[in-house]
Amino acid sequence: MAQGNVTAASSDDDVLPQVGAWREAGMKVALATVVSTWGSSPRPVGSQLAVEDGGRFVGSVSGGCIEGAVVHEALEAIKDGKPRVIKFGVTDEMAWEVGLACGGQIQLLVERVD
Amino acid sequence: MKRAILDRLQKDRASKRPVALATRLADGAETIVYPEGAFGDLERDAVVLAAARRGLAEDRSGVHQTASGEIFVHVYNPALRLIIVGAVHIAQPLARMAAIAGYDVTIVDPRQSFANDERFPGVPLVDDWPDDALAALKPDRRTAVVTLTHDPKLDDPALAVALRSDAFYVGALGSRKTHGKRVERLTEQGFGTAEIGRIHGPVGLSLGAVTPAEIAVSILAQITQVLHPKDAA
Repeated sequence: MAQGNVTAASSDDDVLPQVGAWREAGMKVALATVVSTWGSSPRPVGSQLAVEDGGRFVGSVSGGCIEGAVVHEALEAIKDGKPRVIKFGVTDEMAWEVGLACGGQIQLLVERVD
Repeated sequence: MKRAILDRLQKDRASKRPVALATRLADGAETIVYPEGAFGDLERDAVVLAAARRGLAEDRSGVHQTASGEIFVHVYNPALRLIIVGAVHIAQPLARMAAIAGYDVTIVDPRQSFANDERFPGVPLVDDWPDDALAALKPDRRTAVVTLTHDPKLDDPALAVALRSDAFYVGALGSRKTHGKRVERLTEQGFGTAEIGRIHGPVGLSLGAVTPAEIAVSILAQITQVLHPKDAA
């Protein structure tokens, strides 16, 4: 059921309470969400990573291989307010740099939380 | 994501209301969608609402190609449930581990010396007789049921309800011999081979588990395996 079927969503996976707390504290926040996966991606559709403008983040969208690049993209989204869809994977031109070691591909929606 | 959407989504999830968030990938327009009703930018877009409700019904998040563009439907159904019958020692680590794995855990045991807040802090406890308790909890296809009492008076009535429910997993603690007797009793009660065959017994994956915590690992591992049948091959 790798394509976003029923999964047990652990409280460790649930980043929205942290997003709410950061916004409450006046921080700027962006949210990255896995919207599609192909092949053996490590995190299912719906997995989320939240980033605050100080650079702290919670959650994950991969096994850890692309989080750095996603945090960078999230900080950009915080600045310009534009939602973006980004894709990572073996066919990505940056694959050998920030690709997924497992050989899968994922597509993410990265958006600012207003 | 707009703050009003986030706040509403959090409130809905806290009240265990099934809800989906539909987001148009092109511009981030978003709407909260319920089985009935919707709230947000796209709340009047019938195509988007239909896609989101399909996602809710199938319990599946994903991107839908629609006449209104690519729509990501994020399904936030309430957590999967685990009903543990028997507030025994194994139930203590199992309740904690299952909560970490994302299950909403309920423990059923009419014996208050077993089922009390000191032994199970923060876990909802039901002290009704197991058949009444299970009938009230209504196990559905997002529910796992495990019986741990070792006592047919308590386990069997729970199994009788669980086997005629849509529970995606039914497990019963006990050795092969104990399970053999259980099969005989349930057969006498009129349960068929297919129904009885749904019971995972002896419960848990064969890991050589010895301690209560290890047995809890083996049970949770088996529940996980049954939840993801395609991935287990």
